[in-house]
Amino acid sequence: MAAEDYRICSFTGLKIHKPTEDLIKWNTVTAILFLALGGLMGFLIALTRWPSVHYLSLQNYYRYLTLHGIDALLLWIIFFEIGLVYFTSAVLLNTRTVIPWAGWTGYALMLVGAVFVNFVVFAGKADVMFTSYVPLQADAVYYLGIIIFAVGALTCYGHFFANIIQAKRDGAYKHSLPLGSFGLAAACIIAVLTLAHGAVIMIPVFFWSMGLIHYIDPGTYRLIFWGLGHPSQQINVCAMVSVWYMISAFTVGGKPVNEKLSRTAFVLYIFFINVASEHHLLVDPIFSNWHKIINTSYMMHLAVFASMVHAFAVPASVEVALRNQGYTRGLFEWLKKAPWSNPAFSAMALSMVLFGFLGGITGVIFGTEQYNIIRHNTFAIPGHFHGTVVGGTTLAFMGFTYLLIPYIFRRELVMQGMAKWQPYVYGIGVAILSISMMSAGSFGVPRRHYDITFSGAPFSFTFDPAIDMFMSMVGIGGILAAIGGVMFILVAMGSIMYGKRLAS
Amino acid sequence: MAIKEPERIWWKPYTRDEKIWVAVSLLWMFTSFVFMPVYHFAGSQNPPYETYRVSPEEFDKLVEAMIEKYKVGEENGMPVVHPDPDEPVFIRASMWQWYPVVELEKGKTYKIHLSSMDIQHGFSILPINMNFMVLPNYDYVLTLTPTTEGEYYIVCNEFCGMGHHMMVGKLYVK
Amino acid sequence: MTDEKHRESEEEPIPAWQLFYDNIFLLFFFGIAIPTLVYTVWGLMEIVQIPQLPIAP
Ligand code: HEM
Ligand SMILES: [Cu+2]
Ligand SMILES: [Cu+2]
Repeated sequence: MAAEDYRICSFTGLKIHKPTEDLIKWNTVTAILFLALGGLMGFLIALTRWPSVHYLSLQNYYRYLTLHGIDALLLWIIFFEIGLVYFTSAVLLNTRTVIPWAGWTGYALMLVGAVFVNFVVFAGKADVMFTSYVPLQADAVYYLGIIIFAVGALTCYGHFFANIIQAKRDGAYKHSLPLGSFGLAAACIIAVLTLAHGAVIMIPVFFWSMGLIHYIDPGTYRLIFWGLGHPSQQINVCAMVSVWYMISAFTVGGKPVNEKLSRTAFVLYIFFINVASEHHLLVDPIFSNWHKIINTSYMMHLAVFASMVHAFAVPASVEVALRNQGYTRGLFEWLKKAPWSNPAFSAMALSMVLFGFLGGITGVIFGTEQYNIIRHNTFAIPGHFHGTVVGGTTLAFMGFTYLLIPYIFRRELVMQGMAKWQPYVYGIGVAILSISMMSAGSFGVPRRHYDITFSGAPFSFTFDPAIDMFMSMVGIGGILAAIGGVMFILVAMGSIMYGKRLAS
Repeated sequence: MAIKEPERIWWKPYTRDEKIWVAVSLLWMFTSFVFMPVYHFAGSQNPPYETYRVSPEEFDKLVEAMIEKYKVGEENGMPVVHPDPDEPVFIRASMWQWYPVVELEKGKTYKIHLSSMDIQHGFSILPINMNFMVLPNYDYVLTLTPTTEGEYYIVCNEFCGMGHHMMVGKLYVK
Repeated sequence: MTDEKHRESEEEPIPAWQLFYDNIFLLFFFGIAIPTLVYTVWGLMEIVQIPQLPIAP
């Protein structure tokens, strides 16, 4: 490998390989564009669930809701994670991406799949929500798009393993991966599990949509679909926790206080977190009590324990680092002196709070059989995962973008004043959104529902009047989150396109 | 650092702070770990259930037979049935209705059969907010004992097409 | 290089657990096997065992 293909990053001292840099750039920019599209859809559906606004038409509400799930959850998150794959398996190890053409092939497949899916949903041929529960049927192109996207994603996640094998051969690391890379290794392992389940179910469903197979069992579909759908959220958790550790290291020089503890937590994720898929099936007819209890209680709580460990280890790494910098007065001087106006840092901190308090705790609660029965498919469920994947993962990734802009894009942040506020505006918006969704859900307000006044129905149920306030707050939180989202897109895309070039 | 390879041996004993945190977390985890199974048997939060395979045609026949035998009236064009407590009760989901309207007696125990004629639906009893999935080709048999008199509504809470928001049924406990 | 290798062999051995955690492919194996067996395979076994409704006409 020619030496001129590398440069040394002036901020981090990392050795960066040109093809790796390009792959990270393209995946990240694509991710941000899909976040913009998904966020716009989120804004419109939030306005629709605000009863006095009720913005979208019946059809568009379900269509845009389907797109919101796909663009925000699937495309933004996975494209960004592929960027992280290269960052942690090549950049952090000061080594190269071994098969750049595979990276580009994977990227192209993902993009083609993503375009297919968006196109077919916009065209009105797949109003099925991203869960596409059979026998509700979408156009064959929809499933084809998902399959192509998944093949591309598998290629890219798989690249992680190729990179680390080569890196070890090249002596880029001796025994242990850096913790940031180890977390992504966990993510990539789970990705393989996830995409294998995806293949098992989506390929038959594709044939079914073309009329080549006549019957897909809805119970089997739900089992395997959630073997895809839930662990893919655990990919996000692993990637997010890795990002926390990395942001802590890059912004304040934080060091995991105990590698053993942090790594154990990731290992517990790898082994046990995925069976929590079951919590989607707790009120299904199909599975026995024991299948439900073992999978959700016994196994999952080992993973919950792991999250508790990270919740300790990441702040501890920040505290130790800041105390070493001399902020030792009292218990909390380090906390006051933390770089709260650095958007990468504040995004990480807020991400931890939102993920832990809004997403994590409610996830554990709603994941019990007793609670699930009074929350399943209510508005409380999107309330929960707007704490995890929107307040947690998305905000952490936003924070990491603020680091990628100087390190990888080699641009200075534009509009720094706005960037400073962005994590707070977005974080508060998401918090309001999430809390009000959960509150409305506790009265039984259904999710994915166009009209909770039930106009046109044979019987009409009237909810407790308290929900009016909560549903309006959904709109207000949605507006605030959307403003925070727009601020992010402006700063990120503005910097990438027009930021001052930084010398390398 | 999380961005560098750690020292050669990092498998080291925990410090005191870490031990305390791990102990507290383990304790919390262990509590929830036993709580759910224990409460499954001790509390009667989740109704006992059985599951069978049934085709939409078979299920439809069972629904019609029940209506024939136990129909007591009509409401908004929908038959109202009042089955005997030891007889099975069938509620049919389809795009976009819950059929028929059922009257149950307070304090009696019923076997409620739920199945769908077409796609998946969500059986949400309001205002008490209990939720179950209803799938085609599966019969979900819940053992329920209503304890409070009143009118209840069944709202569909799984997306089932453009009429989803109009899928509301009714249930009486007398 | 050889010097360094030599030095390493004289240091204390790496603990077994650390070796296990460093073995990404062993973790990979368990990470796939556990959920596949406990969740997926067990779930499929339950699905195929669901009986016909005895009172069906
Ligand atoms: C501007 C920010 C956002 C707003 C205002 C917003 C708003 C909403 C609302 C109101 C719903 C509920 C729809 C319903 O059931 O009626 C929803 C659903 C959802 N949101 Fe968001 N959201 C935002 C960002 C995100 C992001 C960044 C992600 C993913 C990372 C995301 C993932 C989802 C998913 C997966 C659903 C469920 C879709 C479904 O039920 O099929 N959202 N969002
Ligand atoms: Cu329905
Ligand atoms: Cu519905």
